[in-house]
Parts: sequence; structure tokens; C-alpha cells
Amino acid sequence: MHALLEISGLRKAYEGSGRRTEAIRDLTFSVDAGELVCLVGPSGCGKTTLLKCVGGLLAPTGGDVLLDGRRVGGPPPGMAFVFQEYGRSLFPWMRVGENVELPLRQKKLSKPRRRELVSDALESVGLADAAKAYPWQLSGGMQQRVAIARALAYEPEVLLMDEPFAAVDAQTRADLEDLVRGLWQQRGITILFVTHDIDEAVYLGERVLILSASPTVVQEQLKIDLPGERDQLHTRAAPRFTELRTHVYEQIQAAKREARPGGAG
Amino acid sequence: MKRALARLLFVLGLPALLFTLWWVASEGSTNVYWPSLRTILRTFPDVWTGERLRGDVLPSVLRLLGGYTAAAVVGVALGAVIGSYRSVRAVCEPVLEFLRALPPPVLIPVIMLFAGIGDTMRIVVIASGCVWPILLNTAEGVRALDSVMSETARSYGITGTARLRRVVLRSASPQIFAGLRQALSIGIILMVISEMFAAGNGLGFTIVQFQRGFAIPDMWTGILLLGLLGFLLSVLFQLVERRVLGWYHGRRAVTRRSP
Repeated sequence: MHALLEISGLRKAYEGSGRRTEAIRDLTFSVDAGELVCLVGPSGCGKTTLLKCVGGLLAPTGGDVLLDGRRVGGPPPGMAFVFQEYGRSLFPWMRVGENVELPLRQKKLSKPRRRELVSDALESVGLADAAKAYPWQLSGGMQQRVAIARALAYEPEVLLMDEPFAAVDAQTRADLEDLVRGLWQQRGITILFVTHDIDEAVYLGERVLILSASPTVVQEQLKIDLPGERDQLHTRAAPRFTELRTHVYEQIQAAKREARPGGAG
Repeated sequence: MKRALARLLFVLGLPALLFTLWWVASEGSTNVYWPSLRTILRTFPDVWTGERLRGDVLPSVLRLLGGYTAAAVVGVALGAVIGSYRSVRAVCEPVLEFLRALPPPVLIPVIMLFAGIGDTMRIVVIASGCVWPILLNTAEGVRALDSVMSETARSYGITGTARLRRVVLRSASPQIFAGLRQALSIGIILMVISEMFAAGNGLGFTIVQFQRGFAIPDMWTGILLLGLLGFLLSVLFQLVERRVLGWYHGRRAVTRRSP
């Protein structure tokens, strides 16, 4: 195991109307190849900002993001992004298959190779039959599956997921969580998963990074010592799961209190 | 079957009614300037012979297509640039508002000075009137590109011409088509007007000739033909639009159905 993704001393401040807002103060952490790491923190703590800096969509004010030892200056071909707003992230004028294929065209892959990757990716998210449909003909959960398929077909070294299931209903959400766990186990990809949902972070992650309130630092890194095989029913009912989620919950509450010194919770 | 029949009735009902009204009201008219519809329709095949269609209607349509196509290319290209860059927009906006406010027919004498009195002049006149709605709508559509779509394109390395062609212009296509539709009716008006100045053929020229020669029923057939031409072009436009914007109408129908 080596550190595939290294974030060191990352800072991000916004300048706006004469006022400087510090979103991220100082973040240092790394993600090993093949690891599934969840980032969880209080709402408004700059999780999305952090993920966009990691993905090269935002330029950090200071610090470095290294992917496999190379500095990330813009969106690198080795990373794929899954956004929360699936409805605005898929292109409505393209069919599902074309949506998945478009990034591959940019990679200048041959047509047979593209076709192979598209059908393989759609099959692994359970949408083999939907290639000819338009995204808006599908349910929200299916649309997010398409977005995941697009990311998989891109064959990234690291998959960045920004609260991908925040906008779907609870049952769909549970299915999608299991899908991500399953894909991670089958394909051995590296995933950095941002969420505000503590249960989701503990259920999915091998490791959970708890972030402080803004300006953000890493509050704690927590190894999730649950068995590799997880399922919605038993894992969530396990005593260890409850312990871990309680711990994360307390840490986040503590982070919120620290953000407001002297204030009553 | 029943629904299709009802639809047909809706579509044809009003035109049939208006046609009948015209027919009845003008029947037996003795006013020279207001001939009966019967007379107009009887004159129609005599006036619009194959030769006249080739000699007058075809040149008109070709001018219209030339000017319209030029306006579409220039309008979409400039609109894309103006919509993409805030600084360009800031510089161009006042000038655009001024140029748009100028009625294109007043430019005809000016354009004649530069482009002569031939077809070039007429095409330039048509293009200079059609370009504004296309340009302004394209700029607005390009500017309104969704931020998440834009970030998605960036994160997947979709940049440059691929981004323009497959993302930016496609996402702006509903607005671009709104502009193209406005431009089409402006184009037909300018086609006729431009042919009233120093022309030797064309629909506008012919209609004015009939009027000056007191061939009033013939003049009316020309007006009727113009209406038919406009209608035909509009139907063609709708066919193209339905193909290109199928996704847009489909998505709107879906979002309207669900809360």
C-alpha cells in the first residue's frame, strides 16, 4: 500500500467584497491506493470546497494535492467526479450511453474500446438496458447510477464523490451505498467520499476523516474496524457500528462547539 | 382516431372559417381594390405559372436562405463569444442595444452605397436584420450554462471545441432556436422590402409591379402566395426544431407531470 493521494497543508480562502473568508485552514491527509475514505463534517464546513480542490476544479490558496506523486493543477485524467446534483451533471440532450461515452471520446479511445467500457460500466451499475434512454426518463436513483457508470468507464485512479446520495430517498440511498461498496470491492478502485451523514460515512468507509467546522482542519482520523462484508441490516445493527457512529457524532458536536467558543450548543 | 380527428378540426377550423368569411364578404364585390376571393383564386394559376415560380419566387427564396444562413452562422458564432466572456459582454452590450434598435429597412439606402443594387445588397439586408435575435438569444443561452454541467465537462477533460459543440451550444439550443424562429419572420419581411428597391425580379418586386399596373387581383394572389410561403417555411422550421430539441420538449413534459 502506498499513498495514492496526498493532501498537505491545503488552504482555501475566498476574497469577496473586501472581506476574506477562510474556508479551509490547514488540511493534511493521505489516501492509500485501493482505500475507501469518507470525509464527514458539520454542514457548511467546506467539504465540497475541499473535494473540488482535490479534483483540480478549484485552485487552492496554499498547500499541495499530489496524485501518485504528481501535483494536481487542473482536473487530471486520473480522477473522476460524481456530483450531488445528478440532474444537472448528466447532459439531458444525450442518451445514457452517450453521456457515459463522451469523456472517453476526449480520451481518444478507439470506438470498440469505448463501446466495451460503456456497456461494462452500465452493466456494473445495473443499467445495461438503459443505454438508449434519456437521463430525464429515469428515476433519481437511476440517474445517479448513470453518473457513477460514467465515472467508472473513465477508469480513474481515484473516484471523488461529493454527497452523491443526498438528494435521493432513503431506500434508494441504501441500494446505492451497497452499490458503491460492491464496486469498490470488485474493482479495487480508490474512493474519496464526502458526506454529511454520519451513518453513511461509518457504513461505507474503511476510514473516516472527521472535519472541524469552517475554517476546516482534520479533527480526527478514525479507522472503521467493521468486517469487509457489510449489509444494511446486520452491519447497522452491530454494537461496534453503534459505538463508532456515536464516537463520530460526539466528535462532530465537539467540532461545532469549538467553532463557537463560549456559545451554548 | 377520434382524437386525431378532433385535432384536425381544431387545426383547420379557424382557417376554414376565415376563408369562408372572406369568400362570402367579398362575393359580388364591385370595388376594384377589393376583388372577390373567387376572382383572386381564378387569377392565381394564370399568374403563378412555372416560369414565374422559377423567375421570381425561386430568386426570392434563395436570397432569403442566403441571408438567413449567413445571419445564423454569424449570430451563433458572435453570440457564443459574447455569452462566454463577461468582459466582451460588458464592452459589446451598449453597441448591440443600439444596432438592434435600428430598423433594418432604413439601412437599405446605406447598404446600397456599399453593396450596390444587386443580390448582394438584398442578402446583406436580410442578414443584417435576422442576425440580432439570433445573436442575442445565443449569447443569453450560452451565458446561462448550468454551473454543474460546466464543472462536469471540466472534470472529465471536455474542453475546447468539444465543449463548445457538445455542451455549450447544445445547452443553449432552446434559446438559439427561439432566436432563429424570430429571425425567420423578420427575414421574410426584409426579403419583400429589399425587393421593392431597384430590383428586377422577386416576389416583392412582382407584387409592387402588379399594384402599379392596377392588376389588383394579381397583386392579391402575390400576397396570398407570400402567406403560403411563410406558412410553409414555418412548418419546415417546426419539423427541424422538433428533431433537434426533442430532448428539451421531452424533459419539460416529464418535469411538468411530476411535482
